[in-house]
Amino acid sequence: MVTELPWDEKTGTLRRDLAAGMMNPACKHALEAALQIKEHHPANITVMTMGPPAAEEVLREALALGADKAVLVCDRLLAGSDTFATSLILKEAIKKKCPKFDLILCGAYTADSETAQVGPQLAEELDLPAAAYVEKLEIFRKTLRVRRLVDNFRETLEMEFPALVTISMENYKPRYTGLAGLESAFDKNDVVILDAKALGLTAASIEKKGSRTKVRKVFLRKTQKGNVLLQGAASAVVTEFLDKYQRKIGTVIGKSIEEKKSDEKK
Amino acid sequence: MKKNSKKSIWVFGDYRNYYQNRVTLQLIARAVALAKVIDAEVCALIFGYEIDEWIMEYTAHGADRILAIDDPELQSYSTERYLAIIERLAGERDPEIILIGATDFGREFAPRLAKRLKTGLSADCVGLDITDDGLLLQIAPSFGGNMLAEIVTERHRPQMATVRPGTFKEIPHDNQRKAVVERLPLMKNLPKPRVRLIEYERSVEKEHTIENASVIVCGGRGMGNKEKFKKLQELARLLGGDVGATRPVVYAGWADHDVLVGQAGKHIKPKLLFSFGISGAIQHTAGLGEANFIIAINKNPQATMLKMADVAIVGDASDVLNHLIRELKKRIRE
Repeated sequence: MVTELPWDEKTGTLRRDLAAGMMNPACKHALEAALQIKEHHPANITVMTMGPPAAEEVLREALALGADKAVLVCDRLLAGSDTFATSLILKEAIKKKCPKFDLILCGAYTADSETAQVGPQLAEELDLPAAAYVEKLEIFRKTLRVRRLVDNFRETLEMEFPALVTISMENYKPRYTGLAGLESAFDKNDVVILDAKALGLTAASIEKKGSRTKVRKVFLRKTQKGNVLLQGAASAVVTEFLDKYQRKIGTVIGKSIEEKKSDEKK
Repeated sequence: MKKNSKKSIWVFGDYRNYYQNRVTLQLIARAVALAKVIDAEVCALIFGYEIDEWIMEYTAHGADRILAIDDPELQSYSTERYLAIIERLAGERDPEIILIGATDFGREFAPRLAKRLKTGLSADCVGLDITDDGLLLQIAPSFGGNMLAEIVTERHRPQMATVRPGTFKEIPHDNQRKAVVERLPLMKNLPKPRVRLIEYERSVEKEHTIENASVIVCGGRGMGNKEKFKKLQELARLLGGDVGATRPVVYAGWADHDVLVGQAGKHIKPKLLFSFGISGAIQHTAGLGEANFIIAINKNPQATMLKMADVAIVGDASDVLNHLIRELKKRIRE
């Protein structure tokens, strides 16, 4: 299994960009924040995701990086959930597998459509104090202090555990997965898989309590703008472009780029 | 308080800075248009301390009704307080629709409000309309790229959406306009917020960044590699501008996250935008709403970015960049 993953020969790390089940980049930052907490406090990290069976790969990557336990919520019944349903399902999984948590960390954005809604909605489901876009976490006994930048306001917030934060990509640069760690993570068989039934969810209850929104249509974005198209050799195109727009560019940058006809030109 | 019989479209008054205030005005304008179709009134919500300025502003920009709570306890933004207040008000008045600007605040606040009201929410909409069956049509980016989804909330109310700033045009200020202003007291037994605001200041360092630059040179994966990408800096220097980057480039480590342009990064408004080797996924173009003149270079003539551009150059981004730098060096006179 390990050999099927794309390795970078030089650094001995997993080529994440080529790996099929890529961890959402903001979630990597969230995991890094958890790992750093664990370096300074006695902590136990459970990683959790909801997705197709292939998502297990992402959890194994997290285990390799230092997570202790992994939970995959996986069931065709749950496919197509909107954020309202997803946050509900994750709450059920948390209640089942790690009910005594102190802190939930989520990526502040998701790579697919970047709704960024699941974290805040999960905080509501679990009735937790919460903060989004967190750049820095500090822990003082039972108190969590966070710093963040929101709409150009720099804020420091405090709350008591248990709490939920979503982590921005400003800090907590993800560490790399070492070869040894990853191998052992694939040897261990400790990804717990939960289906809808295990969470006490049925088709009927999902219909009732689940998604609120419905996608009626998906379509390609139209782009308009009647524009000027230039093509050809790079040097010719650049000359044509500058000749045509030298005034406009010059005005914006406050310098003249108009070519004098008398200037030497090759 | 008597409950109105008329349907109501609520617009959350997000007013903390110029940018946040603008999107609120844009949403009021769109709500006015939607309200005509479903025979509703437009109601702006304003919670804060000493908020008369905003009451006048929202009235002058088209709101029919203002629900205002003016209280020293609301001096600074508080997600938890606003949640509790709107939960109360929505329970009493059953709004048909609630619109919230997709600012950082809005995108943290709206999902929680939707959850609390047990209703649906679409994120960062780029269009709003009314369907034939009278529902709010929420047009939102989808599938990480160039797709848009038409989303409706069929059975639950209110129908909620966060809306990308710059999507709609505000109605011009007219101080002859009148609105019904309801000044409400801060509810008594609201739950005590569990998140404490310790420090709070307008960020200074952000005032002089790429967001205010008048020339920006953006690069994407089409630049080829990190070394070639770094050359964008040279063009930016020549033009007195800043370098911006797309998400794949930031993730690849070619550029820092603080120059990420797009939905998850900076929204820019340059007079001149050069776009090198960028295909134009909506996560990136979301941040370009206010770019005035766009020059895009891409070797794929079908790239969305080329279609969005005022000048579309089909060619290798790195080649064109090198020639442009060389030619500009020859031409620029201070």
